[in-house]
Amino acid sequence: MALGCKMRNFLFLICILSGTVAYAQQDSATAAGDAAAGGEQQETAAADDAASGGGEKYPGIPTDQASISAGQELFEGNCKTCHNIHTKLVGPALANVYERVPGEGEESIEWLHNFIYNSQKVIASGDPYAQKLWEEYKPTVMTSFPFEKEQVKDILAYIQQETIKGPATASTETGPGGEVTTDGKQTGISSTYMSVILGVLIFVLVLILVVLILIVNILVKYLKDKEDLDEADREVIEQKFSFKDLATNKVFLAILTAIFIAVVAKTSIDALFTVGIQQGYQPAQPIAFSHALHAGEYEIDCNYCHTGVRKSKNANIPSANICMNCHSVVKTESKQIQEIYKAVEENKPIEWVRIHNLPDLAYFNHEQHVEVGEIECQTCHGPIEEMEVVYQYAPLTMGWCINCHRETAVNADGNDYYNKLVELHNQETDEPMTVEDIGGLECSKCHY
Amino acid sequence: MKKVNKTYWKGLEQLTNDTEFVKNAQNEFPEVPGEGEDAPSRSRRDFLKMMGFSLAAASLAACEAPIRKAIPYLNKPVDVDPGIPNYYASTYFNGGDVYSVVVKTREGRPIKLDGNKHGVAEGATTGQVEASVLNLYDTNRLQNPKKGEADITWETLDAEVKSKLSSIQAKGGKIAVVSETVNSPSIKKALKKFADKYQNVEHVMYDPISEYGVMAAHKATFGVDAVPSYDLTKADVIVSVASDFLGSRSNSGQFSKAYGKIRKVSKDNPEMSRHYQFESNLSLTGANADYRTPIKPSQEGFVVGQLYNLLAKKAGAAPLSGVSGAEVANLEKAANDLWKAKGKSLVIAGSNDPDVQIVVNAINNLLTNYGSTINIDKPAYYRLGNDRKMNAFVSGLAKGEYSAVIFYNANPVYNHPKGDQIASALSKVELSVATNGTSDETSSLSQYIAPDHHFLEAWNDAEPVKGHFTLGQPAIRPLFKTRNAGESFLAWSGETTSYYDFLRNNWKEGQFAAQSSTGDFDQFWNETLYKGVFAGDVQTAEITETATSDEAPATEGQSSTGFTANLAAVASRIKKNYKASSSNIELALYTNGTGNGSMANNPWLQEMPDPITKATWDNYLTVSQSFARENGLEMKEGQTVTATLKVGGQTMEVPVLIQPGQAKGTMGLALGYGRKKAGKVGNEVGVNAYPLLAVQNEFVSFNVTEGVTVEPTGNTYKIAQTQTHETVMDRDSIIKEATLKQYKKDPNSVVDHPEFHTSEGKKRPEAITLWDGHDYNNHHWGLAIDLNSCTGCSACHIACQVENNIPVVGKEEVLNRREMHWIRIDRYYSSPESADSYDEMENAADNPEVVFQPMMCQHCNNAPCETVCPVAATTHSSEGLNQMTYNRCIGTRYCANNCPYKVRRFNWFKYHDNKQFDKNTAQNSALGKMVLNPDVTVRARGVMEKCSLCVQRIQSGKLKAKTEGRRPNDEDVTTACAAACPSDAIVFGDLKNEDSKIHNLLKIRKAENDANGMEIGEERAYAVLEELRVDPNVFYFAKIRNKDEA
Repeated sequence: MALGCKMRNFLFLICILSGTVAYAQQDSATAAGDAAAGGEQQETAAADDAASGGGEKYPGIPTDQASISAGQELFEGNCKTCHNIHTKLVGPALANVYERVPGEGEESIEWLHNFIYNSQKVIASGDPYAQKLWEEYKPTVMTSFPFEKEQVKDILAYIQQETIKGPATASTETGPGGEVTTDGKQTGISSTYMSVILGVLIFVLVLILVVLILIVNILVKYLKDKEDLDEADREVIEQKFSFKDLATNKVFLAILTAIFIAVVAKTSIDALFTVGIQQGYQPAQPIAFSHALHAGEYEIDCNYCHTGVRKSKNANIPSANICMNCHSVVKTESKQIQEIYKAVEENKPIEWVRIHNLPDLAYFNHEQHVEVGEIECQTCHGPIEEMEVVYQYAPLTMGWCINCHRETAVNADGNDYYNKLVELHNQETDEPMTVEDIGGLECSKCHY
Repeated sequence: MKKVNKTYWKGLEQLTNDTEFVKNAQNEFPEVPGEGEDAPSRSRRDFLKMMGFSLAAASLAACEAPIRKAIPYLNKPVDVDPGIPNYYASTYFNGGDVYSVVVKTREGRPIKLDGNKHGVAEGATTGQVEASVLNLYDTNRLQNPKKGEADITWETLDAEVKSKLSSIQAKGGKIAVVSETVNSPSIKKALKKFADKYQNVEHVMYDPISEYGVMAAHKATFGVDAVPSYDLTKADVIVSVASDFLGSRSNSGQFSKAYGKIRKVSKDNPEMSRHYQFESNLSLTGANADYRTPIKPSQEGFVVGQLYNLLAKKAGAAPLSGVSGAEVANLEKAANDLWKAKGKSLVIAGSNDPDVQIVVNAINNLLTNYGSTINIDKPAYYRLGNDRKMNAFVSGLAKGEYSAVIFYNANPVYNHPKGDQIASALSKVELSVATNGTSDETSSLSQYIAPDHHFLEAWNDAEPVKGHFTLGQPAIRPLFKTRNAGESFLAWSGETTSYYDFLRNNWKEGQFAAQSSTGDFDQFWNETLYKGVFAGDVQTAEITETATSDEAPATEGQSSTGFTANLAAVASRIKKNYKASSSNIELALYTNGTGNGSMANNPWLQEMPDPITKATWDNYLTVSQSFARENGLEMKEGQTVTATLKVGGQTMEVPVLIQPGQAKGTMGLALGYGRKKAGKVGNEVGVNAYPLLAVQNEFVSFNVTEGVTVEPTGNTYKIAQTQTHETVMDRDSIIKEATLKQYKKDPNSVVDHPEFHTSEGKKRPEAITLWDGHDYNNHHWGLAIDLNSCTGCSACHIACQVENNIPVVGKEEVLNRREMHWIRIDRYYSSPESADSYDEMENAADNPEVVFQPMMCQHCNNAPCETVCPVAATTHSSEGLNQMTYNRCIGTRYCANNCPYKVRRFNWFKYHDNKQFDKNTAQNSALGKMVLNPDVTVRARGVMEKCSLCVQRIQSGKLKAKTEGRRPNDEDVTTACAAACPSDAIVFGDLKNEDSKIHNLLKIRKAENDANGMEIGEERAYAVLEELRVDPNVFYFAKIRNKDEA
């Protein structure tokens, strides 16, 4: 009876399989976690819609959803760095601002429009309310924004909505950064969850292993006790595990060598592929600027500092004058901020250490990806709003670029450039039109 | 279908089927120097060394990358965004040459100039204008004001110059300001202030390439002391007597623009102008002429005289007496055509002899061309130099009459025939100051140098044509401690205003007051600055004139209205000074693309092949074939001999270049070479021919008709010609041409498309091709090049070089056939169909017809290069481009071998940051590198490169359209060559866009059976080497010559 031998083989198999299963499950579980996170995002959006309910409205301020969202965009792009709705930042809190300023209805909106357009002019005109503001906030001068009156109304529409909502609780707050934060947390939770499952699974498998070994031992013992055994069975029982035999076994040695060579080759190829890749590169910077604070906590729009990101090839490292917009009044005593003052005084630009070093032979354009493709910054730069010190999140290899071009559908909605291409694409297939489909893998798209 | 049976040849060696040439023609690459027998053998030790080195290099490469800094602005200027180019309207200045341009800047650095379509030249530029941006970043520029060799401060300089001027004034000494043409109203006014302050000031204007003869003739005949403006667009017949108006004449850009318009033909409008040229050197203009007659310079007077007589006979006017007997082919024909096109014709001469020009004026007057093709009421101010005054100045200086001389950006020691006299007399003057930007031949002899800005750093203005003003605004902060010369003159006059305020104020008083569209000066100023130009009737300050007898020799009976001339006196002088025929060797001096020598330190221009001779980095004596035969001279692939040239007392050794089309008994030599103090690029390139210029009757003559001897020395010399490089083998479907008559009769007969014999009868290549073609869903980029309007001027050549960071390789490497230009202008000579024997063909070579063909990567749809690349470094895009990926290329050069057009260039060396290529100034110093286009890679050694169809411009144009949510149009994308082309011969566009210019030019039709889904409907369009069915995306339009013979 060759039962014992079979049993051992079975044990070995289980060991291997359990490992594989664990991996596979981890993969699918991550995917599931992602999906779950996506679902939650949708729910949040729905909650937003529901929240825009009733409340007292100020005459002259539009209440339609289009104006509110336009206003939100303007607010986040321009005002948010200095104003909050409910708390005082660099400038005053803006809740109910339309009721506070002089005038009634259209008049007050006109006043606000003038003030936003050129606050100094309004102050200089001797307007008492403006004078009062100036006394309170000087020497900070509000930057002039050449908004149309309609745009001011849009912003007010958003402010009105937020005022009615009241101070937001953390759970309902959303934003371009916020979404990703939640997303990141979701993945985090699910991965701990996964490790627990994995631990349990491994524990169970080890348990099975132990049980099986016990069973084998018992069976062998039982057989030994029996006297009427034939030659074959006796052989099995007396079989001793011998390392010597194993070491001289040609098949075993061949397999071992093959595995060794494969592992070495794989390791060295992997190592070679990392030459020049600086993923995770996190150099110390001359000023300890925290994205976690600015982009994360204060939710300053990326575009506010990285001015080129929507219109240029370069996103631009912000110049010191952009820092000074706020830091002429905010945290002026901080040692780090003093460094900026020093740079300005000495007329010596701040020398940041460059993190993302794309080779010169590759052409990358932020405008194409951010403005036209509407890719989130985090797609390539990772959870930037959580980074105290920025590190290189993506490998920035060609394979990474190409892969994204293969998988990403072109953001063709409402862009006449793509109309005909989409039409032609849809004649052929139901799949979405990816960047690859319109030549996004061609050499001269990035190399020239 | 009639087959055109002409023989085309690129050089004499090809015509004579020279064995050496035939052998080399097969080789894509020449023998690698040092790889022959005498190449050093490599030992085992070398091998080990190399192994060790590569190992070390590999492990070093694997180390951590060095820390790189990202340094933002401290205070970002509002309108500068890194990565986004800014464009400013400004003006190119070089002596009297003025072009309105648009400056492209990146991160505050000017990197490219394009023509401003609002300018006089309607957006045309020249190679020199395109190249001038590199002069800004010339390491040879002075960085400080200088006193002798020492750097001084501006305060010291001003104080010392002012005190010396004052003491000279107190003594009553004479002060001269010597300059080239000044056509800037503000500079004129500043000079006037200077003259008012120091009283005895004389402003002497001269031009190295003088047009004083034309001015003097118009002074004599119309009382207008200026060169008139010409309007070629109205001319049906043009007769040019030795005027190279498309090449070296002032304002050639505008001429080219107009010429392009009158040389365009289409099926619907099959009319074009006819162009006769009588000249001794084969000039760019002569190469474009329908009928060209070689004449000797000594015949010029007789040619215009006889032409006058022929026309006078028709008009019933009195002929000139004694001017006859010169046998000049085509002259009578030209006269007949001119008479037929009365009022719509133009006779123009290049001579600087006022007598010749007066006769030309008389001819144009007979033809009633004044008021139509010639506008004397709107004179052009590109050349205002006065030879007479300059001569008086030189002799006065020698006599010690001048106490102070100020050279305002003038270099007469180099570029005036009496330069040596000026040089020796300069030491005698009490004060000599130069505002030249470099320490050149003249400024280095001056006591002080007050270096002027480069024009891209300075405010300035100009009035190129009366009533037309162009503003020059700085596109960059001054790089060095230089100062606007206008400000220097103001400072020395005791004014403390900046030149900017001064200029602005002038405009407020002048131009602003002359217009009525706006009442707000700031608005007017901003609008004008934005547009770059202003047109209006404005009185500008007259240049200070001392009341010397400033009259032309033939001023008898002049009046300010209408034409008057004493033609009898002129005729007698012509009879005396010219000959109907002469056996003398005569020398005609000319300028080529490098210009008058002021831009000699620009390596792009030095390496730009002369459009005709295709020679780079040299000047040489162009001699006729008969001279070569008589003296047993031969020339193979640039290998030639030198000759001793003796002119009067001057002797120099010059290499000889046998030039088809050179008139018998004449020689040509280019001016603008032989600089001694131009800088490391321009020094000792060729010989200086300015001292050879004759001064006749106080007019500088560019022809030397007597006392010229040439003696071959037997010394060998190599001229770096590019012409026979990259030959397209022995194929006859490269150039297509026809006469206008034939074209009118049957437009379809102009181009004979090749056909192949198959079992099913004759078939076109596209019917039997093995290739599947491509689906172009998005764009399909292409070029259309009209051989009819391409003048060969080479502006595209430089534009391409600037745009695409193309290195300069130097003379040695050009000799090794390793020039890197992505676009070349092939110049083909052709012999007429009748020639059967070589003898006849060689005779034809005495005056061949010329065709220019810009040749760049043809972006084949079935590209032969793509199939042979072992690493797929060259591939086809879904937009019709043949892409070249440098970082993938391993340098096998298979692609270049397989390219039928020979347009691929291999980087044999590292041309950047390499001391051995220090003439490649744009890539070898921190300063020079500022000119590089940041969107284009600087290629490394060992990779192949070629025309990319300016893919960086395509990508940015597409992106612009995408952000605006629309399809791109012609305005969004154009290539550098197409943008630069002054005659609009090159048109770039999307073949799939039905609204594009190229789509309509090529009359593209949809064709289901064609692999690329389209068919070209234009009769004249063809692809070079169509029989190969490589299916290029570059289309050429057959050349049409306006000849009577069918």
